[in-house]
Amino acid sequence: MSKAVLTPEQQEFQEYARRWLAENAPPPPPERLPITAIEVMTVGQRDYLQAWQRKCYDAGLVGADYPTEYGGGGHEGFQRIANMELGRAKVPFLINIVGLNMAAPTILVHGTEAQKEKFIPGCLSGDEIWCQGFSEPGAGSDMANQQTSAVPDGDDWIVNGHKVWTSLGHFAKWMILITRTSKDHKYDGLTYFLCPIEGHDGVTVRPLVKITGEAGFNEVFFEDARVPDAYRLDDVGKGWTVAMTTLTYERGAAESAGSGGGESVHPTQRLIELARDTWRDGECAADDPVTRDAIMQRAIVAEGMRQNGRRARVEALCDHPMRLPLQQKLTSSEFVQDNARVGVDIAGAKSTLYKLDERAPSKGYWPLAYMNSYGHTIAAGTNEIQRNILGERVLGLPKSK
Amino acid sequence: MAEKNAAPKDFGFGEDEAMLRDLARKFLDEQLPVETLRRLVAEAPEPIYDEGERARWDEALWKEIVELGWTGLAVGEEEGGAGISLVGIAGVVEEVGRHALPSPLIPTLSASLVLREAGGPVARTILERIAQGATASLAITGERGSWDPDAPALEAREDGDTIVLDGMACFVQDAFKADVLIASARLGGDVVLCAVEAGAAGLTIDADHIHDLTRDQATLRFDGVRVGGDAVVSREALGALRKAWPGLLVLVTADLCGTSEWQLQTTVEYARQRTQFDRQIGFFQAVKHPLVDAMVEIDRAKSLLYHAACEIDRGSEEAETAARMAKSAASDAGAFISDRSVQLHGGIGFTWECDVHIYFKRSLHNQVLFGDGVHQRKKLAETLIGPIG
Repeated sequence: MSKAVLTPEQQEFQEYARRWLAENAPPPPPERLPITAIEVMTVGQRDYLQAWQRKCYDAGLVGADYPTEYGGGGHEGFQRIANMELGRAKVPFLINIVGLNMAAPTILVHGTEAQKEKFIPGCLSGDEIWCQGFSEPGAGSDMANQQTSAVPDGDDWIVNGHKVWTSLGHFAKWMILITRTSKDHKYDGLTYFLCPIEGHDGVTVRPLVKITGEAGFNEVFFEDARVPDAYRLDDVGKGWTVAMTTLTYERGAAESAGSGGGESVHPTQRLIELARDTWRDGECAADDPVTRDAIMQRAIVAEGMRQNGRRARVEALCDHPMRLPLQQKLTSSEFVQDNARVGVDIAGAKSTLYKLDERAPSKGYWPLAYMNSYGHTIAAGTNEIQRNILGERVLGLPKSK
Repeated sequence: MAEKNAAPKDFGFGEDEAMLRDLARKFLDEQLPVETLRRLVAEAPEPIYDEGERARWDEALWKEIVELGWTGLAVGEEEGGAGISLVGIAGVVEEVGRHALPSPLIPTLSASLVLREAGGPVARTILERIAQGATASLAITGERGSWDPDAPALEAREDGDTIVLDGMACFVQDAFKADVLIASARLGGDVVLCAVEAGAAGLTIDADHIHDLTRDQATLRFDGVRVGGDAVVSREALGALRKAWPGLLVLVTADLCGTSEWQLQTTVEYARQRTQFDRQIGFFQAVKHPLVDAMVEIDRAKSLLYHAACEIDRGSEEAETAARMAKSAASDAGAFISDRSVQLHGGIGFTWECDVHIYFKRSLHNQVLFGDGVHQRKKLAETLIGPIG
């Protein structure tokens, strides 16, 4: 609704991004796209989205704040603007979300010079798709309970184990991988790797079907898979610290290398349009006071999130540096969920119609988005875990373990 | 507000505003610790709720506040005030809320905002008085308690050079502490705004019996109160009232953000100290998670508060929308943390001796002022969705 104050350079970049996006919006996709990157299923969808990310990268809208020596734009405070404009332009989303939001920033913080040069450009351009190997069947939100092992063997490590809920694993060339390298210490016994996936010996990717009926995430089995020591990120035994960096970015506590596009735009407007187009009990849903109140509640949360982002930049208005950043994952995922739920409620009888039904409002978006939203309230540490973290780290309440 | 610094400032909150806010915090920390507040408002002779009209404030402390120039915060420099931006004022009022300061400060600031919008020589004279320490309150709500600037409290008629006011102005905040009352009345098709002195002939001030211990409230009966030309602020004041409305919402929102933050911090502190089942109760997720949810709600309200104040300072067309969003968020956050602050304190939280009740009641009062969350969302929907039908 309102704009943050921009420097003249940032303002110029904003105008450039807006203009470029207006002139370079891609042609319609060859087949229908999913809502987010983590449901990309077919090679056709992948190729289309990869080409789009490459184009955005070449235009300077991805990795704008990254150092030029690693393929970035070398600017300051540009990415936030690019992300905003990508969202506003209603263009397709960027496919390499794990590469952009998790791998690249983690490598930038913890990588060697050689690792930064080798890996970051492919993350930004989208030429190399990444996935994340943190979750295991026995280690979900209790992330330090990793069982996948890595044992040194000459200049290599031998990896054995089982990762799960691996979004984009079926298209990934690389994985950010946590392994257990010592059983003596829970936290200090973990080591972090940049692990080859696609066509790699000893690595098997098996698709899983989600609650929505969609594919896009997987389980990954490691059977004596060899990973060169040169692909180890930071020191042996420092995997927990490195993983915390990844999670800081994954949970949105820091600006990503690129995001935007897709369906994240104008959620309130979407609900209002749905209400105007929907009959409930013989009346327009947009005239129903309860529905109106529910939509306005969502509008206030949406605006509050935007303004939180703005306030987080004013040090004097934040009494604890992590108080707002650590809320990001919790609030944004629950916002999406609550929003979709309100959409389902408004759609009434027609909310029962799913994706393939031609009469489904918004092509079946609402029930799909609602079911899909649990991916966000569960992934990256469930929101219950997020509440523990906020309660302990920000409010100083006693720790749960 | 003109940009003084070249560096961009989000919300227009810069060093000056931070300094003013920090000064307010330090001053109130020293002058009004919670033990002092309790003595002032809650350690009353029995029975506690008998003296509805009792002015529960520390007049010596108020004199110091006047010397600090707080009454003139929203008065322009031309009239001898500080001419602070609303963003800056919000920071001070948050501290006022955090300390639950019993005083006519918020009504006085509210009246200042209305007078500034009205403009003209009469308004200027009163603003000058306010800058010098006079107190004021708004008498703009009728018997039906409408949260609408279009529904003035009184009826007015002209009689030669004077205007005669009749009727009742209700829910007048801190009326017993106000030197001058700014009343709205219907005069033919217009809304007239008059300054009425507290001791005016024909004016009766009856105390309301309210739960909030940190302020008073009254019903004003106007029985042919006569005001001359030197007291008529404006004969067409509707525009001024509408324009000032977002600012009035922001003042209450800032107070709510302050009370809510105190409730959160105090309850967190209790959850860290209080032991049950061999653990500090803050260990349990049933205690931890609602406190986090309260923090999230309070932060949303705070961010929306600064956004709204900033939009008002900029004269933006979004000011009303932003202010209604902020008030809705702050009312709901206030209700939630008030509920949890009593509940999580357990048995002690239900007693008069536990300080949380003082804030609970101030918040409960604020949640309603100028419209609760549901009301704000109803008005927002008219703007963002359109009228019903």
